[in-house]
Amino acid sequence: MNCLKPIRFAGAILFAAIMGVVFAAKASAQDVPDLGPKPRLVIKPMESHIGNVTGHAAAAKSDYRRYCAGCHGDFGDSNGENAVWLDPKPRDFTIATFKCRSTPTGTLPVDEDIFNTIARGLTNSNMPVWSSFTKQQRADLVAYIKIFSPRWEKEKAGEPIKIPDEPPVTLESISHGKALFTKLECWKCHGPHGEGDGPSAATLTDSKDNPIRPYNFAAGKGDSRFKCGNTNQDVYKIFMTGLDGTPMPSFADVIQPNDAWDLVHFLRTLQVDRHSKENEVLSAAHGVIPPYVDRNPPPAAAPPADNKPPGGAN
Amino acid sequence: MRMWAQSHLYQKPQRINSVLAAAFALIFLILGASQPASALPAFARKYGLRCSACHESWPMLNYFGQKFKDNGYQLMNERDAPIWQNASYWPVTFRITPIWHRVSSGKQQVDTVPGNGDGLGEHRITSSGFDLSGLDFHTGGTLEKNISFYVLPSSDNTASFHFETVMARLDNVFGSTWLNVKLGKFELDNLLSEKRILTLTANGGIYQLYHFIPQGDGNIFGQIGDNQLGIEVMGHSFNDRTRYSAALLSSNNGQVGFSYGSEAYSGFFTASQAFDTGKLGVQRLGFYAMVGEAPTTYLTNGGAPIGGSGTGNKSFSREGFVGQFYFGQHFDVQVVTQHGSDNAWFGQGYGDFIDNPTALCNAGGPTPGSVVQVPCNNVPGTQLVAGSRNPTWNGVLVEPHYVYSPQLIFLARYETIRMSQQSTPGTRSNLGNIDTYTVGYRYNPFMTSRAGFAWHNEFNLFHQVGTSALSGTNINTSEVLTGFDFDF
Repeated sequence: MNCLKPIRFAGAILFAAIMGVVFAAKASAQDVPDLGPKPRLVIKPMESHIGNVTGHAAAAKSDYRRYCAGCHGDFGDSNGENAVWLDPKPRDFTIATFKCRSTPTGTLPVDEDIFNTIARGLTNSNMPVWSSFTKQQRADLVAYIKIFSPRWEKEKAGEPIKIPDEPPVTLESISHGKALFTKLECWKCHGPHGEGDGPSAATLTDSKDNPIRPYNFAAGKGDSRFKCGNTNQDVYKIFMTGLDGTPMPSFADVIQPNDAWDLVHFLRTLQVDRHSKENEVLSAAHGVIPPYVDRNPPPAAAPPADNKPPGGAN
Repeated sequence: MRMWAQSHLYQKPQRINSVLAAAFALIFLILGASQPASALPAFARKYGLRCSACHESWPMLNYFGQKFKDNGYQLMNERDAPIWQNASYWPVTFRITPIWHRVSSGKQQVDTVPGNGDGLGEHRITSSGFDLSGLDFHTGGTLEKNISFYVLPSSDNTASFHFETVMARLDNVFGSTWLNVKLGKFELDNLLSEKRILTLTANGGIYQLYHFIPQGDGNIFGQIGDNQLGIEVMGHSFNDRTRYSAALLSSNNGQVGFSYGSEAYSGFFTASQAFDTGKLGVQRLGFYAMVGEAPTTYLTNGGAPIGGSGTGNKSFSREGFVGQFYFGQHFDVQVVTQHGSDNAWFGQGYGDFIDNPTALCNAGGPTPGSVVQVPCNNVPGTQLVAGSRNPTWNGVLVEPHYVYSPQLIFLARYETIRMSQQSTPGTRSNLGNIDTYTVGYRYNPFMTSRAGFAWHNEFNLFHQVGTSALSGTNINTSEVLTGFDFDF
């Protein structure tokens, strides 16, 4: 009979192991705690459409838990367990306000905007580059994000803005861009040299009253990147649509498309260590941006004196 | 009275079993009732990501984790340099695993009567009890943007330490992800990493394929599962779909201090390509090859071999394919194949004379066809036994995973290795063949970015042909293990 002892013992362990699996499965099946004030999360049948890929919210449940919930929270309310340690704070999906859009300020982004943000990540934040995902995974996650805010059921995404063809980069366009940088008071936040140290920089907060820093164009040196994309079209979009939820407004109603391109060309020169055609043009001019001369000045076009940035040289 | 005593003795273990089962059940109940709360230390703490972001199930990397590693433990979000961390951040993680396990090893050589010293018996030895794994202290991360490091002092379960990993890496040299240079002692670029294996038993806790040495073979230098000393150049596309690596290694099995050869090097090469297959996931196919030379001849002093004096280098190779196949979010299969070959000198036992200075090897005798026993040192005049050949073999491992959720993974593995050519003519063709089966699961009761904890359960069955020490018959070993695998 004693020869059965190890078998009995192993049997006891096996029984205990099976019990463990049952309880483990039970616990794992719970996406969120049942206790507390939060209701159980309902995964609405939201979809996203990126090209010929259709994303389904239900398919992203596991990925969201695995990759996103630690910061954005199980309920998409930016209250993941890591959120308290992060700066800037993670996006709150319950208010459906997104920085990187191709749509006018105040509108919902198109699916592709969020899709691209997931793949690109957000530089100078803890949002990684999720290029390891398949397109389907990303599309599913875009759909999943929509379950957190009723805005996605009540509103349609905005119409993407039209981006005119980019004019050639010239010293004149850079010079005009610099004048616009002054006129539009970009320097008040971004600083005279675009280093994020303007006089208002320390006072800025986002729409949830969290402190926020303006973009430092020079940071990152040769690898300096913008949050919402690296192409000139992306930079154009940033200030024509604004970064909703931040103090960065849309300038769509303030400047004309060609003027916007001039501003893009100037902003590129603030990325002083980055290789760009704008910096090549500037180097050819020995690094000096001549004062802009308006060939068709409107009457009384001079900017107010208090709009001049301290410093001013590039 | 006698009957009572027997009955009493018989009943006692039953009660113990019941109590133990109840205790385990209670633990599982507590674990089962736990809610998601905390995860993987040094890196997770730095970036605020849950363990599950980088690990299919800790410690096995998923695609994102592999990309993070390939980038030099960087997310590439301009927050990678340590200057961005709180000054008190110290990237240290320890890992240890208290376990209970039961090991049953067949055909162990024993004395026919305990104490008589004849060593002529064979017996199955079965032991069970509580135990510990070794302790690992992981510290790794970035010294500056694009300069990363990893240092891992590791102990066995008696706290005897060695350096498992010590390396620094220049990442994204010239701003290109295609050029990264690592120097030191490091894990070879195996896509299916043994250092991140999900299993813990003695035979299931390693990939047999990564350590296989034919019976009687003296080549310890071709073990791709062991960390090696050398320099590695590695590159990858931005999204890590395409990867390559090439490493130049000292042929010393990762031992420091010029332990074996005077000038012996190996190379390890890999390349792989991943494919986006829509809803199925990202599939990856690749290959690896290790080719090298290692010593078979040593200078001696008083008959003892002198470390670092080894010459008479002979060749060896290991090559194979790797496939990582995903079938949606819950199921995947990892496959590795191997074809291996050692020079005939290794096949006859020459090579590792340092660790086995008293071992004897076969050599050709003075008359044609005769065989003599000599020290395993290929000194001038030593002749191979007539007809000796390069031992060769083929193997495959298949490891399916079912990821029920990021917190619960079921796993299995089957490995088989088949000799295709024995070194000594007349040796049975299947001597040393291996089959091993492993099943298990790991449950993480919580999942955050602060610590990692897995309740681990595993069973392994190991079968090897003709290698029992006395009778030369088959060996079967089984092990069941349950434990708490944790790190902080």
